[in-house]
Amino acid sequence: MTPLTELIDPGRAAPGHAPWPRVPVDADNWLDVAALLGENGWTLLGLWADGQRVHMAVADDAVPPAVVVISLDTENGTYPSVSRYHPPAIRLERALRDLSGLQPEGLPDPRPWLDHGAWGIGAPLARVPSPPAAAGYTFLRVEGEDLHEIAVGPVHAGVIEPGHFRFTNDGETVVRLEERLGYTHKGLESLLAGSTLDHAARLAGRASGDSTVAYALAFARAAEAACGVVVPPRAVWLRALMAELERMANHIGDLGAVCNDASFAIIHAHCGILRERVLRAAATCFGHRLMMDRIVPGGVAVDLGATGLTALRALLREFGKRLPALAELYDQTTSLQDRMVTAGIVRPALVRRFGCGGHVGRASGRDFDTRRDVPYPPYDHLRFVVPVQTEGDVNARLWVRIREIDQSVGLINQILAGLPAGAIRAPVDPATGVGREGVAMVESFRGDVLAWLRLDAAGAVARCHLRDPSCFQWPLLEAAIEGNIIADFPICNKSFNCSYSGHDL
Amino acid sequence: MRKILLESLLRRPVTDAPPVIEDSELAALAASIDVAARRRLGRGLAIRELDAGSCNGCELEINALQNAVYDLERFGLRFVASPRHADVLMVTGPLAKNMRIAVERTYDAMPAPKWVVAVGDCAVTGGLFAGSYACLGPAEAVLPVTLRIPGCPPTPTELLKGLLTLLRS
Repeated sequence: MTPLTELIDPGRAAPGHAPWPRVPVDADNWLDVAALLGENGWTLLGLWADGQRVHMAVADDAVPPAVVVISLDTENGTYPSVSRYHPPAIRLERALRDLSGLQPEGLPDPRPWLDHGAWGIGAPLARVPSPPAAAGYTFLRVEGEDLHEIAVGPVHAGVIEPGHFRFTNDGETVVRLEERLGYTHKGLESLLAGSTLDHAARLAGRASGDSTVAYALAFARAAEAACGVVVPPRAVWLRALMAELERMANHIGDLGAVCNDASFAIIHAHCGILRERVLRAAATCFGHRLMMDRIVPGGVAVDLGATGLTALRALLREFGKRLPALAELYDQTTSLQDRMVTAGIVRPALVRRFGCGGHVGRASGRDFDTRRDVPYPPYDHLRFVVPVQTEGDVNARLWVRIREIDQSVGLINQILAGLPAGAIRAPVDPATGVGREGVAMVESFRGDVLAWLRLDAAGAVARCHLRDPSCFQWPLLEAAIEGNIIADFPICNKSFNCSYSGHDL
Repeated sequence: MRKILLESLLRRPVTDAPPVIEDSELAALAASIDVAARRRLGRGLAIRELDAGSCNGCELEINALQNAVYDLERFGLRFVASPRHADVLMVTGPLAKNMRIAVERTYDAMPAPKWVVAVGDCAVTGGLFAGSYACLGPAEAVLPVTLRIPGCPPTPTELLKGLLTLLRS
């Protein structure tokens, strides 16, 4: 085990980057790190471009875990590809290339990713955009007797997001799934550039609507790190309250949705009611069902009042009463178990290699949760366990989620008991005349969200990069479905519930 | 399961009363729907939902319409899987350019007469994504929009009110 600091000297860190160091490296150093990613306890957290510079965020799982951002100045717009050594970086580099125009030299899969040839320009984040890419896309070839292709999407049959799945089947059995994403690309990072902090926070909160609290929190924490703002304790605790409500709403909704995909309507109906209860409690507490724009740089926008407290206590009572009965029904229904157990297995080695977070990673034995392992307040003052399973199937993912709801109920109880009094927002003054940078990692219901930003001298966002947990989960869905029957795809897919919008940005 | 079913039988329904729609709201929502269109829409509607690049916030609230609390189907409104079965195309998102072909093909696959409902600030005005190189802006940039339900995202109650104006004759 080589500690990251042996290759990367934090003493050479660039000034003005908080809270973790950003270390400029040369191409040799860059490749040394790339070659050791995915093993050695090092996890790739993100890879993005800022002008002519590429950044790579890496976590060293040593105790205490260390996060480092490594930067390389490109030469003539090219840099050595990371994915040549570390395949989980392939889609990140394809996206980086499509947006910035920088070329990862030796990129094993040079096909476009986010750029479908429809924008009218190429490399929209480059100072000088290039001509548009050609439309058209070549899927990987699969050869063999009796194989047939099934093309699904981008428009799917349900009320869900768009993306394309290309299945190659042998009869009912899926031989290979290839995803093509990017359909919901909205140019978020280009809109973020030049925005004020408050406007950028609203944009970040729309990276993925189901994780709006987590994104707003990640963005706010990165901005506060860059500006050196200390958030009032009450706001810190209210943020965690919102984050746990969001986690509960998503997990309970998805539990119902997975059961619905197995045509077990009663759990779906009851989970739908419980999800609605969470959203109504959120609306009573903070004035918005999804709590959009409630977390702002410096604190929170709305305080919790007496009616909100009453609503939360009623909500926790209802979950305490109803969740165990639903979990028991799920567990004891053999027709459901027949569909869920052993379906869509993800091997532990893969989640480790991809640094796959959230319930997908934890259901395959990756014992990682940002709230505990890269802790941020108030979680360092709260008691909770991180549920981990090792089976890696749909059933394990659902159990991780059920147990996480239970933990969130416990966390909210502690938050209500210990909620400090005082101000809910500190002033943020981003204009200092010095460009500064901040980075943050936050645990959404889906896994770790990474936010990085650089402020310009006037205090506006010069560049902001957001990385969704789905970026390291989507590729594993392709692995999970291999060898399963295609009829089990909806169940596998929903048990992951990757974000299209958060991935496509 | 028996216990849960029995409890559900004995408990009062969780379903909300239908939303009350003020005349001013009706006028604002459905200004462009003429009487003839309303007559043709009748008392039941098949809706095909289409995410044209939304952040998925709108989808969450549209899905909530189908839970036991809002119980959309009691009004004769239902979501269908195929555009070929749909009367109404419900569009969300700032019309991502990468979705343009899919949006046009979905609309073209619907049999006439057909209507388009734009849901959420993004589909109504382009929202926060207006002006992006990757978006075409409001749904009406590509589709003939009949009804607009703004909000970020609109609540299920706001969605219900909007949809019910389609059925009011």
